[in-house]
Amino acid sequence: MLANIGYFALVLALGAAVYAVVMGLLSAYRQNPIWLASARRAAFLTWPLITLAAVLLIILLVTDQYQVSYVSTATSRAMPLYLKITALWGGQEGSLVFWAWLMSTFTGSVMLRRWERDRGLMPYVIAVTNFTLGFFIALVLFIENPFARLWHDGAGQVFTAMWAPAGAVALTPADGRGLNPLLRHPGMIIHPPMLYLGFVGFVVPYAFAIAALITRRTDDEWIKTTRTWTLVAWLFLSLGLILGGRWAYDVLGWGGYWGWDPVENAAFMPWLTGTAFLHSVMIQEKRGMLKRWNMLLIILTYSLVIFGTFLTRSGVLSSVHAFAQSAIGPWFFTFIALTLIGSLILLAREWEHLKAENQLDGLLSRESAFLLNNLLFMGITASVFWGTVFPMISEVVTGQKISVGPPFYNQVAGPQFAALLLLMGVAPLVAWRKASARQLGRLMLVPFAVSLGVVAALAVVGVHNLLALVGFWIVTLVTGTTLLEFVRGTRARMRSSGENAAAALFNLIGRNRRRYGGYIIHLGVVLIGLGVIGSNMFQLETQGRLKLGEQLTVGRYVIVYNDLSAFQADDEREVHRAVVSVYRDGQYLTDLYPRRDLYAMQDGLQPMTIPGVRSSLEDDVYVLLIDWEPIGADGATFKVYVNPLVNFLWAGGLVFVFGMLVATWPSASEGRRATTLQVAASARAPVGD
Amino acid sequence: MLKRTLYFAALLLGLALSIRAAWAQAPTPAISDDEVNRVAKQMFCPVCENVPLDVCPTEACRQWRETIREKLQAGWSEQQIKDYFVEQYGERVLAEPSTRGLNLFVWVLPPLGVAAGVVVLWQVLRRMAPTASAPANRPPGPAADDEYAARLEAELKERR
Repeated sequence: MLANIGYFALVLALGAAVYAVVMGLLSAYRQNPIWLASARRAAFLTWPLITLAAVLLIILLVTDQYQVSYVSTATSRAMPLYLKITALWGGQEGSLVFWAWLMSTFTGSVMLRRWERDRGLMPYVIAVTNFTLGFFIALVLFIENPFARLWHDGAGQVFTAMWAPAGAVALTPADGRGLNPLLRHPGMIIHPPMLYLGFVGFVVPYAFAIAALITRRTDDEWIKTTRTWTLVAWLFLSLGLILGGRWAYDVLGWGGYWGWDPVENAAFMPWLTGTAFLHSVMIQEKRGMLKRWNMLLIILTYSLVIFGTFLTRSGVLSSVHAFAQSAIGPWFFTFIALTLIGSLILLAREWEHLKAENQLDGLLSRESAFLLNNLLFMGITASVFWGTVFPMISEVVTGQKISVGPPFYNQVAGPQFAALLLLMGVAPLVAWRKASARQLGRLMLVPFAVSLGVVAALAVVGVHNLLALVGFWIVTLVTGTTLLEFVRGTRARMRSSGENAAAALFNLIGRNRRRYGGYIIHLGVVLIGLGVIGSNMFQLETQGRLKLGEQLTVGRYVIVYNDLSAFQADDEREVHRAVVSVYRDGQYLTDLYPRRDLYAMQDGLQPMTIPGVRSSLEDDVYVLLIDWEPIGADGATFKVYVNPLVNFLWAGGLVFVFGMLVATWPSASEGRRATTLQVAASARAPVGD
Repeated sequence: MLKRTLYFAALLLGLALSIRAAWAQAPTPAISDDEVNRVAKQMFCPVCENVPLDVCPTEACRQWRETIREKLQAGWSEQQIKDYFVEQYGERVLAEPSTRGLNLFVWVLPPLGVAAGVVVLWQVLRRMAPTASAPANRPPGPAADDEYAARLEAELKERR
């Protein structure tokens, strides 16, 4: 019954979305405001309908209705309540419903904004957003129906169908198969929703860009209108990536946080192009240049979002994240092709109108620095894309599947990241329009000297890895120049307004949120860079089989195997939990409890290795209990990683998020328009960038 | 490059000699897990894609690691072992694609692409700035600068 209602709600939602597209376009064609209002209402209507379907699906999941095929694959009786709820996005069908629901949340709420200035864009924004939404609802209804039920015909034949096939009766399994153990983690509550929010959020700037192209309103109004939407989408996507890294670190049991897995790449690529977009729109806003490029970037970002969903959902690339595989590949592929080609045709049509209003005044200028930034982001995106799809190309061309693993990405993307980081330190000091090398050199002098000093000190202390030294040099330099920006701004404010240092700094940031929020994000990136350098280049690892009381040495640390307990947990997993003591330089530090969980799945036992971790600012001691050989008191195999500086990465993530909040938070007063130094009186552009 | 190769060869020779010397006295020492992992790290198993062999918990991977241990015990080099697995299961077992045949493209295209990007960007910048050659002899005045930075500079100067 509930399943029928849910299914019917989705059918109505599809109807509403299609109606919104058709009426939206017709209203523009016939200039009929009543039809437009009708399309707008239909766009709103999708939200309660999909909400109803999602809520009903959650009720089915929570109440163990195993006749519903999706419920029986995604949950089991032993799973705790929170996992039964999050099972909504734990499998293919449910996650598509969730995707559609988030999408309608965005497309619905964008309808709520004030449309006075740009009502002309509205029909097309409705059409574009609801076209995408309709596609996803159709996928759910016709290919991946989460409300389909299990039936059998008495002769052992089992069917999965919405309604009973002729002669078949309902089949209700006693228990479900249960969620993949990798997903049974509190991270499940937060990571997928953040990532999905980030993904679907980009539909708003994309829809406005397309609407601007169709209506030939090719000024930067669409960018200003969607600035906050873009930042919010980017905020969620960044959060999703950071949380995903932390989750991997906590449960995947390989001592790392990023494996260049195709599905990680799928989420990373739109982030890269989205970040490039956030930077390059500043040139368009300030100087009226790069209009074509920005259109291209948002089209690319949105296509990569759909492509990322396609990679995750179609099973075209197998990976640890691609839990669900199905036949929706061709549909997706067609949709991506349609989106990309359609958008590019529209862009080509408007190509001439999108000419730059200004010229580049100097080869060394903020504008050219932004262009270089974009080039590097594109280079990294292309490298990651190439590495991700190459195994498929190889398979098609030679019939042989190959792997493109982390070593490839580290070697190919690593230097580009380093260059980008360096640019991040220099670019904010380069003046708009035309900078002089001498002035830039004078500004850079102190940070440069300090960074060289730090590197020299590190070399003396005993860091001899050349790449690491280069890395540390870049990190120190960027930190110096970024902090210098804060110091310069604060000092200027103190001069002009007579405030004390704290007030000046606070007001400086408050009045130029986007600019200084951006610099805070840069500082977060520097910290993340520091964590990556430390944990990548100086990671230590060792492994060995220990009897009770025996020890393992890695770097300055000694691990002693003290105890082992085996028990069955409430959710029916079989747990082996070891107690190990950690010593550094002979000093006892703490006890850790690495464990190995065995989940009884239908296709056999699935192991999970959960590390015991001792974190400090300096490094993490990360101990795994692994089952190379049977685990017992007479012997257990331990793997120990020492991950230097890895906590800077997580701290950097927090700083990053803080910076994003500063930049995204709506200004209370006139905000950006009130410039710190009151120079706007003579200039046409606001100072904050 | 040559120097490094020579150095490496000498190192190997020294290692071989010392191993020979050790061989004469003691039985081969057992292969440690770390030595197995050093090889396994560079490989993916065929079943659980994208999980490096050294950390993969499945039974199939356990057997592969055992094979690596046996081969190491038998005195095989890292390269020999990797070649053996490639022969048996195909190139997909290598985490780092080889540079042979079609695979060359995976390595060559990204740097070529970036290089091409740099050239294109340079052209674009040159085209966008038609007077690019002139500014060299024109002193950069304050008008050319970011108003914000200019103002900052002015105020900082006042202070000195």
